[in-house]
Amino acid sequence: MVQALGLLKETPSQTAGPYVHIGCTPNYAEIAGICAADHGSVMLDDKTRGERITVHGHVIDGAGAPLKDALVEIWQADGAGLYNSPSEMRGKSDPNFTGWGRCPTSADTGEFLFETVKPGRVPFRDGRPMAPHITFWIVARGINIGLHTRMYFPDEAEANAEDPLLARIEHRHRVATLIASGKSPLYTFDIHLQGEKETVFLDI
Amino acid sequence: MSDRSNMKAETGAFFPRDRNWHAPALTPGYKTSVLRSPQKALLSLDNTLSEITGPVFGHSILGELDNDLIHNFARPGESAIGERIIVHGRVIDERSRPVAGALLEFWQANAGGRYRHKKESYLAPLDPNFGGCGRTITDEDGYYRFRTIKPGPYPWPNGVNDWRPAHIHFSVFGHGFAQRLITQMYFEGDPLIWRCPIVNTIPDRRAIEQLIAPLDMANTIPMDALAYKFDIVLRGRRSTLFENRLEGN
Repeated sequence: MVQALGLLKETPSQTAGPYVHIGCTPNYAEIAGICAADHGSVMLDDKTRGERITVHGHVIDGAGAPLKDALVEIWQADGAGLYNSPSEMRGKSDPNFTGWGRCPTSADTGEFLFETVKPGRVPFRDGRPMAPHITFWIVARGINIGLHTRMYFPDEAEANAEDPLLARIEHRHRVATLIASGKSPLYTFDIHLQGEKETVFLDI
Repeated sequence: MSDRSNMKAETGAFFPRDRNWHAPALTPGYKTSVLRSPQKALLSLDNTLSEITGPVFGHSILGELDNDLIHNFARPGESAIGERIIVHGRVIDERSRPVAGALLEFWQANAGGRYRHKKESYLAPLDPNFGGCGRTITDEDGYYRFRTIKPGPYPWPNGVNDWRPAHIHFSVFGHGFAQRLITQMYFEGDPLIWRCPIVNTIPDRRAIEQLIAPLDMANTIPMDALAYKFDIVLRGRRSTLFENRLEGN
């Protein structure tokens, strides 16, 4: 025998279930009066710096149907490429931008939508700039552990070509699954959970 | 949002997730997972700043009754019906360090197993004094607590006769977005736990046991409420981000 490392095991994930809205977006779930506004529903205000954009899309299952009970969260840098986080050591991010958004996919249409700003570039571990991107995290009934992925921008071809994460995708045709369509100020990012068009998901 | 400037900054990458400990994506006994599970391998990559950083929430987002589900939806002078309990514990990381300032959100059915949600049609009635959601933020030692009623079991259309054990859903924010976690807490001794297809998505019995809160008589309030203890472990992190520059500690 050797000494024990003494590390704990992470609490295992479980599905968010169909009623995730009760806890995460109670006003959307029509449970009024417990919290004033749903967390993550507003990311910016009039003073936020940067190029305003709208990002919308659907989360689509293996039969081609949009999920109408998913919860989508995004996390991104501000317009200057700084994160609103205590772990951001490079400078102070825009105080009028949260960087974090949360949106349920519509019970009627399955659409999610975020009003945000286009993120600036952030360095990779070795200092090379990553292309502008938004981190997505998707939970829903039927998803046992939250799915991480990233959205990149179609009008950043040069930056995307040198992005260290995109470069790691072995099957090059799958890079396209992480690149939104449309153009500023409206981008569409559809997330395919499985099948031919399956989005690249990250273990990160 | 980041009003925790007194917190020691943490800048290391998180330990990789043990994906044999967590449930795999495809677990056919839980039918909805069949069409909602990726079939291709995940792309594995050490954390970048995009995962090391994450939103941190201040107490300003909390309402006075956010951690009291017995009263936060109740009419004045009334309270929710059911077994009054306190749920408490610590949020720590894999290195046993407290995670201070962690936002926890929780939601649950009422004492009869009925959720307050328009898509829910179970015949058990709503409790007019119970909403079923709350939130709190861990203190400097990682502790949290809230008051609620014990939720009832709940039938669901998976197998012909599947029932969820009594459970409370938890959404947890650590300090980095890579720690983001949603899970479910179960109650010690519930015979439905081991029959549940959602519980059994988790392959390792020890991992399932990590989701079962023991009855905690030491923290009950006599003549008022029983207590259950539920500790949550988030991913630990290495101490430095730029190993080649040895920043941090």
